Amino acid sequence: MNLVEPEMQVATAVKPILEVEDLRTHFFTRDGVTRAVDGVSFTVAPGETLGIVGESGCGKSVTALSILRLLPARLGRIVGGSVRFEGQELLSLPEGRMRDIRGNRVAMIFQEPMTSLNPVLTIGDQIAEAVMIHQGASRSDALRRAAEMLRLVRIPDAEKRVGDYPHQFSGGMRQRVMIAMALSCSPRLLIADEPTTALDVTVQAQILKLMLELKQATGSAVMLITHDLGVIAETCQRVIVMYAGRVVEQAEVLELFDAPLHPYTRGLMASIPRIGLGRRKRLAEIPGIVPDLRKPIVGCAFAPRCPIASARCRAEPPPLAEHRPGHLAACWHAGEMP
Amino acid sequence: MSAPVLEVTDLVKHFPVQRGLLRRTVAHVKAVDGVSFTVAPGETLCLVGESGCGKSTVARLITRLVEPTGGSIRLGGTDITKLDDAAMVAHRRRVQMVFQDPYASLNPKLRAGDIVAEPLENYEAMGRAEREEAVAAVLKKVGLRAEMMRRFPFEFSGGQRQRLGIARALALRPDLIVADEPVSALDVSVQAQVLNLLVDLQEEFGLSYLFVSHDLGVVEHIGHRIAVMYLGRIVEIGSKDDIVSEPLHPYTKALISAAPIPDPRARREKLVIEGDVPSPLDPPPGCHFHTRCPFAVARCRSEAPALREVRPGWNVACHLVET
Ligand SMILES: Nc1ncnc2c1ncn2[C@@H]1O[C@H](COP(=O)(O)OP(=O)(O)OP(=O)(O)O)[C@@H](O)[C@H]1O
Ligand SMILES: Nc1ncnc2c1ncn2[C@@H]1O[C@H](COP(=O)(O)OP(=O)(O)O)[C@@H](O)[C@H]1O
Ligand code: SF4
Ligand SMILES: [Mg+2]
Ligand SMILES: [Mg+2]
Repeated sequence: MNLVEPEMQVATAVKPILEVEDLRTHFFTRDGVTRAVDGVSFTVAPGETLGIVGESGCGKSVTALSILRLLPARLGRIVGGSVRFEGQELLSLPEGRMRDIRGNRVAMIFQEPMTSLNPVLTIGDQIAEAVMIHQGASRSDALRRAAEMLRLVRIPDAEKRVGDYPHQFSGGMRQRVMIAMALSCSPRLLIADEPTTALDVTVQAQILKLMLELKQATGSAVMLITHDLGVIAETCQRVIVMYAGRVVEQAEVLELFDAPLHPYTRGLMASIPRIGLGRRKRLAEIPGIVPDLRKPIVGCAFAPRCPIASARCRAEPPPLAEHRPGHLAACWHAGEMP
Repeated sequence: MSAPVLEVTDLVKHFPVQRGLLRRTVAHVKAVDGVSFTVAPGETLCLVGESGCGKSTVARLITRLVEPTGGSIRLGGTDITKLDDAAMVAHRRRVQMVFQDPYASLNPKLRAGDIVAEPLENYEAMGRAEREEAVAAVLKKVGLRAEMMRRFPFEFSGGQRQRLGIARALALRPDLIVADEPVSALDVSVQAQVLNLLVDLQEEFGLSYLFVSHDLGVVEHIGHRIAVMYLGRIVEIGSKDDIVSEPLHPYTKALISAAPIPDPRARREKLVIEGDVPSPLDPPPGCHFHTRCPFAVARCRSEAPALREVRPGWNVACHLVET
């Protein structure tokens, strides 16, 4: 059965709820400056699921943390660009106002649920606290709501388990609690950073299904960060591909997989062993490794590994340009590769 | 048909769980609970399953990094579980291991050349020049340059470190390489390089692999046969083509259905099973999978299904699968 679900098309021509423009975030450490995010621009439409994909270290998490202004103090700094949420600039907002937005209208789920839950508070108290802070509910109302949320994310015996501590929950259950907390305030935007990477595949399937069901029920937009093109293909409507702190390609999901334009995206797709492909033939390889972000990158960051790089590629950084309707790529020779 | 390189029969490993000041044993983790399989010359058998199901423990038992609680492990016909240390030496070189974490598995204080030469020194009397030549040859085989032998592990990338780990395993020309998640820590763009290398080396040397992985895409690419584990037991074992195209055990079905496919046109209704893997300290009675199985009947809750041959060369442990 070929069921196309969740939806793939994006409602066009609606005002985006999130606009990230030329975002630059650098880390200042003893051994130099890491250009973790180096001029990233994209938008998120209300209710859409946008995927951000790329290899480890390409700047996905730093992009997410920059949007919420949760970078490690002193080390990491946003050195340029703009982040507008519902039209309002976040980068210049006073910290107090930012706190009202975080966890309320914009919520976040992290990769490792254990580190984001407080080990000495019960699960119920933690969900209730979030509800009390953001919605001004009374304690007993908040606790009742906590049990309700646990039931919603299908924790068996929810009424009894609200009194449990995080270590009494499995990894999958903790991630469900994080989803319950993130969605308890009906955020307009949910940023999920590798929410299933630490989980087994059968549990990953449960969590992604749950996240998309709840997203559909609340109508919030989702920014799903992952390194897994399979997860992207199965859940997202639109996709951004990042490489070395930059966006290299952006397109709707079918368009991206049908006709990838950037040599990096093409290489990535050809190098993944996938189930159902059958024959045990050679995988395509991308030679070399990702560049060191502490060294300045001249020209295209992918040039040293690119099979079609020209002299221009090594000298001038290619701009992210629209090559087909809604399909952007940062490559001087986009689509030239066979 | 040629004799198997490896024959594992009823392998069991129980780890004691100790509590309190006196470290009294209060329970046992049944990490491996009666596992049997064979690996033929030149063949890749993949062990798949979710976290904690006992894959790494099987790998460590076969390389004798841990001692079994019961069962036998025959390498080229000899049961190595019965051998003392002296007798083990000769057998050890026939099976080598490649680990998941290329960062943790190499001695950071040794140069690459010494890392590869270390096993050679234990087994072969060689002059300095001869040894250096042997090391250079092995490095070349795994796609590293000879002059890299003077570098330390931290000077290599993750993929290069994994090549180094493979070079070390290869140096003694083993019959069998046990690889525990050898590409899981690598970036996708580097994974393909290492997988291709493993396939090339197998063709060149006729190596056998016991390849542990939780990634079904990788398994389908590299495996000839697949063994699916759940809570310390094999629930299905057979040829890769059979199992991937028509999995028979409900757990294998769920596992394959859950694996995300990088093709938005292949979006499909998934067989989503509820709950998490139960604790191996207290596995459910009967079929270990019955608590999550959408097809379970009364018998599944009380009686453990035996691993039966249901088609030629295809074994499944499920009461409901007809022969
Ligand atoms: N030294 C040990 N002492 C006690 N228990 C152990 C030990 N080694 C492994 N175990 C337990 O045995 C079970 C099997 O572990 P094993 O490492 O073989 O799993 P695995 O299938 O390799 O999982 P993963 O996919 O997470 O690597 C687990 O419950 C684990 O906690
Ligand atoms: N706290 C930090 N201090 C210094 N460098 C950091 C820090 N966090 C991230 N980086 C660097 O920023 C880059 C992007 O990291 P990150 O966004 O976490 O990548 P990913 O795409 O895997 O989420 C990497 O080079 C990483 O090493
Ligand atoms: S700009 Fe040049 S080097 Fe960069 S990806 Fe395109 S062709 Fe390759
Ligand atoms: Mg990250
Ligand atoms: Mg393991």
